[in-house]
Amino acid sequence: MIEMTTKKNLNIALLGNPNSGKSSLFNHLTGLNQKVGNFPGVTVDKKIGKAGITDTIQADIIDLPGVYSLYPRSVDEQVVYDYLNDRKSEDFPDLLLVVADASNLKRNLFLYSQLYDLGIPLILVLTMTDIAQEHGLKLETGALQNILKVPVVLMNARTGKNLFRLRELIASETEHPGGYTFPVDELAPELIAELKTVFDLDNSAQALHLAHRYDQIAGLKEEQRQQVRAIVKKHNFNSRALQVSETMNRYAFVDSVVAQVQSGQGKPSFSEKLDRILTHGVWGYLIFFLILFIVFQAIFSWASLPMDLIDQGFGTLALLAEEYLPEGPFTSLLTEGIIAGLGGIVIFIPQIAILFAFISLLEESGYMARVMFIMDKFMRKFGMNGRSVVPLISGVACAVPAIMAARSIDNVKERLITIFVTPFMSCSARIPVYTVLIALVIPSVSYGGFINLQGLVLMLLYLAGFGMAVLTGVIMNRLMKVEGPRSFFILEFPTYKMPRWKNVLLTILEKVKSFTFEAGKVIMAISVVLWVLATYGPADKIESGKEEAVFKAQMQNLSEEDTEHLVSSAALENSYAGHLGKFIEPVIRPLGFDWKIGIALITSFAAREVFVGTMATIYSIGDDAEETSVMERMRKELHPVTGEPFYNLPMGLSLLVFYAFAMQCMSTLAIVYRETKGFKWPLIQFFTMSGIAYVCSLIVFNLFS
Amino acid sequence: MSITEKSLAELRVGEKGTIRTILDEDVSVKLFEMGCLPGVEVRMCCRAPFGGPVCFAVSGYHLSLRKDEASLVMLHD
Repeated sequence: MIEMTTKKNLNIALLGNPNSGKSSLFNHLTGLNQKVGNFPGVTVDKKIGKAGITDTIQADIIDLPGVYSLYPRSVDEQVVYDYLNDRKSEDFPDLLLVVADASNLKRNLFLYSQLYDLGIPLILVLTMTDIAQEHGLKLETGALQNILKVPVVLMNARTGKNLFRLRELIASETEHPGGYTFPVDELAPELIAELKTVFDLDNSAQALHLAHRYDQIAGLKEEQRQQVRAIVKKHNFNSRALQVSETMNRYAFVDSVVAQVQSGQGKPSFSEKLDRILTHGVWGYLIFFLILFIVFQAIFSWASLPMDLIDQGFGTLALLAEEYLPEGPFTSLLTEGIIAGLGGIVIFIPQIAILFAFISLLEESGYMARVMFIMDKFMRKFGMNGRSVVPLISGVACAVPAIMAARSIDNVKERLITIFVTPFMSCSARIPVYTVLIALVIPSVSYGGFINLQGLVLMLLYLAGFGMAVLTGVIMNRLMKVEGPRSFFILEFPTYKMPRWKNVLLTILEKVKSFTFEAGKVIMAISVVLWVLATYGPADKIESGKEEAVFKAQMQNLSEEDTEHLVSSAALENSYAGHLGKFIEPVIRPLGFDWKIGIALITSFAAREVFVGTMATIYSIGDDAEETSVMERMRKELHPVTGEPFYNLPMGLSLLVFYAFAMQCMSTLAIVYRETKGFKWPLIQFFTMSGIAYVCSLIVFNLFS
Repeated sequence: MSITEKSLAELRVGEKGTIRTILDEDVSVKLFEMGCLPGVEVRMCCRAPFGGPVCFAVSGYHLSLRKDEASLVMLHD
């Protein structure tokens, strides 16, 4: 604590184009000392890290999303814009680190010029100088520093070389040299002057931003907006035309700088030759599908071992707690509510980690942009975008991070459709449900020695999910009319690079962390609520049900163990959960389900894989939720009317189809609510998906009955 | 330089051109910022199969646009 008071704390913001090596620099500066927060009102991740600069100075470093321009067009860009325009915020930066790719100096310096003109002290960090050299470009750093009058550091983002130099510069508390990169005031002299007086601003660029975006800038009072509106109107301010001439002026500045400091002609690179193959009409798709195949293999085979271990670990933990803790509602809450809930979250971590390892590798290397490029044409047919590929693939592990990945789509409609259809992709929470039900109702026969019928059905379920996602996309594309600024598919092809392992590792950590806390909170909460619903019942119904069960057991001369099962089953039947199950039974009976499955459907709303655990409780397996034993119990269950096995082919298929299509995930709805900023879309999504699931199950059940 | 109706979308792979103007105002604001300005040279690098987006070199980097956006970028002869 003493240390804290003596140290000076700086707010430093990292800014730069996408793919400029910004994240690498952030990782070098802060190491593992990072946390992800949220910007107020929006859901774009705000990455903050602490960095020691010198013995007496430490810094909060904010990694802002990569942008091409300050004038925002996507959610990401809006965040950067708001952050830099909120000068009263305590987060407002003392210093900007502008990260620029030296192999792509022009476009990177364009953003630099916008940032310089804001009048905030800044340091220019040049990255990828090695790549620039490979391309035959020569850069005079000294000359660049002289022209810009701003400190320039060459950084190797891979090795972190020159990091000490950067720290020195930060510590020297460089000041803004003053002035602008071009005569900003000349764009609209009277307007800028008036805004500066009225709002007491000393920066002309800031006044200009106010004129351009007064109705979007956060933190502006309504009367202030009115004021700006009046001034803007008075001076006949033409936002678009002025933005164009501002851009022209900035590029004129950038061109003159680059001409003075950089020489050599960029030659067609290795990247371009590789692109010929990777975007080829045949090879491009073959390679992509091969990579996809490897990714899925990895998710399902590599993850199974750690997932089994986690499953067993939590099972053992619950058993231990039950054994050593005194019996009572608290222990029961701990073992059946909290530990089960935690297990339900942790079990997905291996798959999420593996998936994001691959996605981060593909993005780091630059390959993902090529995938978006060759897939755009197809995705457009389904109302989506080349960029939708990442959310859809991620959806196979978990819809929550997948939906967050849709942020990079700047077209409002395409982003909404992507968010809407992603939960149709069969996520890993459906796997335990699929395995139990398939083993139960699909005979294990092989055709031709290698095609296994059970495996085939599993694959069909995945295809059905994808098919439904695509079909829904097509329909939404027809029906939806979204107002808003026109947006485009503007995609940079970064040069191919060796992935930086540290970045991959940190991405995995970040995704796992955000899943654990975002989705985890909901799953945990619902697990506890479920425990309450399943443990308590109206009045003393549970007690009387139990007594009845004991009586029945005595009549039938059951063993102690079987009696216990019968009793806990009776307790559940009379609990609030049981009543809920009975309450919805009439609705789901046409699908072949009974109240017990009704309970499972309700509990599955926390997370689908809760199905297995709920089934275990309902069929009173007791503490041990081994899938085989659940299955045996379910296999023995007889239909009350026909006396035949209850879990027969039509009913099993109907249930499988229901789980494939229904929206049964609280965390997904919560994330859709956050991403779309309202209840409208999660509600539409819930009713549409569940409606589709209901109709499809009904059809399947009647078709096979 | 005479004015023709050739757009960026029509360049063959490897072919070069110089941007004359961008027809759509909304597109132009954004593309100008991305360094696609009048007078700047572009070179077609690759085209996505089945009439998908195109990718071209401009201002020292590679940018890809959908075909209908690229067809708004008009070139000098």
